[in-house]
Amino acid sequence: MATVHALCLVLFLVGLYCVVRKRNLIKIIIGIGIMGYAVNLFFILNGYVWGGRSPIFAADQAIKNMVDPLPQAVVSITIVIGLALTLLLVAIAIRIYERYGTFDITKINKLKG
Amino acid sequence: MNLVPLFIIIPLAGAFIIPIFGKRIKPFGSLMAVLTTLSSAALSIFTLLAVSAQKVLVYNVGGWPAPFGISVVVDGLAVFMLVTVNIIAFLVALFSIDYIRKYTDTWKFYTLFILMLSGMNGVLIAGDLFNLYIFLEVSAIAGYSLVAFGTKAEELEASFKYAVMGAVASSFILIGIAILYSYTSTLNMADMALLLAAKGASGVIPFVSVLFLMGFGLKGSLVPFHAWLPDAHTSAPTPISAMLSGVLIKVLGVYSLLRIFFNVLGVSDKVLSIFMFLGAISIMAGVLLAVGQWDFKRLLAYHSISQIGYIMLGVGLGSPVGIFGGLFHLFNHSIFKSLLFLNSGAIDYSIRTRNLKEMGGLSQIMPVTANTSLIASMSIAGIPPLNGFFSKLIIILACVQANRLGYAFWAVAGSLLTLASFMKVQRYAFFGVLNEKWKNAKEVPLTMKAPMIILAAICVIAGLLATPACSSFIRSAAEVLSKEKEYASLIAGVIK
Repeated sequence: MATVHALCLVLFLVGLYCVVRKRNLIKIIIGIGIMGYAVNLFFILNGYVWGGRSPIFAADQAIKNMVDPLPQAVVSITIVIGLALTLLLVAIAIRIYERYGTFDITKINKLKG
Repeated sequence: MNLVPLFIIIPLAGAFIIPIFGKRIKPFGSLMAVLTTLSSAALSIFTLLAVSAQKVLVYNVGGWPAPFGISVVVDGLAVFMLVTVNIIAFLVALFSIDYIRKYTDTWKFYTLFILMLSGMNGVLIAGDLFNLYIFLEVSAIAGYSLVAFGTKAEELEASFKYAVMGAVASSFILIGIAILYSYTSTLNMADMALLLAAKGASGVIPFVSVLFLMGFGLKGSLVPFHAWLPDAHTSAPTPISAMLSGVLIKVLGVYSLLRIFFNVLGVSDKVLSIFMFLGAISIMAGVLLAVGQWDFKRLLAYHSISQIGYIMLGVGLGSPVGIFGGLFHLFNHSIFKSLLFLNSGAIDYSIRTRNLKEMGGLSQIMPVTANTSLIASMSIAGIPPLNGFFSKLIIILACVQANRLGYAFWAVAGSLLTLASFMKVQRYAFFGVLNEKWKNAKEVPLTMKAPMIILAAICVIAGLLATPACSSFIRSAAEVLSKEKEYASLIAGVIK
């Protein structure tokens, strides 16, 4: 379990590195996507039970060994938010390419101060 | 009957209806935006009266009881912010009618504007952390796209910068929420506060505090995280700048930070001293960067950083007087900063420039804009008897009372520099000789004048809110923070 959490942290840091260090707008957007995946995975892991079953409740079943359904509901919403954000960022990046003719952030520098 | 969910429903319905009809019927968007914001402003006043009678309003969505279902909570602090946000949104919507005509597809502007308002209302009335996060994202994403609304090169660049920084901040906030959920197994804020208090001290709280401080600090542009603000607030269409600077950074940043730290995690002296320190740095960095600017809107944007610093300094003192001063300054800053941005929009509308060096003598051709901006400038610089003077005075007195003389001196110095930079604005923009080019420029139309006059009038009379007779509006909000433990038990008592 701890290994999976550690890998999740590594995934988050990969995303953060990508956002901070990469110069291409598209790569930055991908980095934000990776960060989002890592956070969602972390949330799901918090509610996960090893060897647990899906949280479907019926009259003849006992509540035993189920995974926590709330993080799954929460994450399905944050995935939608991430989708909206990615779409917006890509749309802005396309418009930036039309105006500046480049995806390189060091050349996109009309704002100063 | 509980009307609290209407704060989300009304703007969301407005944002849904505008794209359906607004495409074909030209004035529909502006009409609908004004009606929506007017009704939610009226609702906020109505709720203010209800809260002053009942102290707290709770609505369980779908009838599910609180820790399991979603509950919507309005207490003194939330209603204080709701009144501020909705009144400014209404005036800004009124201002937008004429200002926004220069863009094509104005219905998209109004849709996003109303969506941003519904997100902010949602943050304010959310009773659990996850809804707070969702509505924070709704208003932030609407904000990102509104910054890019003009689709000029600079606007797109500012919007991209803002969106990337905002996305990183949101990830930190969500990690914080995930950790708190796995620690307490609940997302409801009142329930979580009780559970955290029962569990006692642990290493989780400081870790989560750092994550939230980064996340909400970036949304609220405290100084180490402020780099996006001047670009974004300068590039947005002016009514949106007024919304972003006037209320959005306060709702997403300051309000969320205070609500979570005071009412859920519980404040310690360490956290308060961090608030005060960040506030003090923000005061000085913002104002020093502002003094040298020649772009009117960029100057105002830097001042937003500085004034957020005053709010954090006041609240960070932790004493009832300091919290009262901080929240009073929050209200005042919303009013005069929106007014100043609307002034800059009016100048931009008439003479199509934001450069202070190209202006001059505008008081001869634009008397309403000049006079209202004089009132706002005096107010932000802290000249008596305007509202800004009283709130800064209370913050400084609270510093002295808490025996923090260094911070008191720092706040006075920041205030003097603010005065200097606004004297520069008045001197270059409104006094002096009228530039030949602007001989034929005209004063703005009535729908733009009216919001400026109303905001200036609030600036003049809001000083009365400091008097004991009228201060219950802010005092009830300050009590939520100064009696921080009461929130959880109060809400939990109402729910059960």
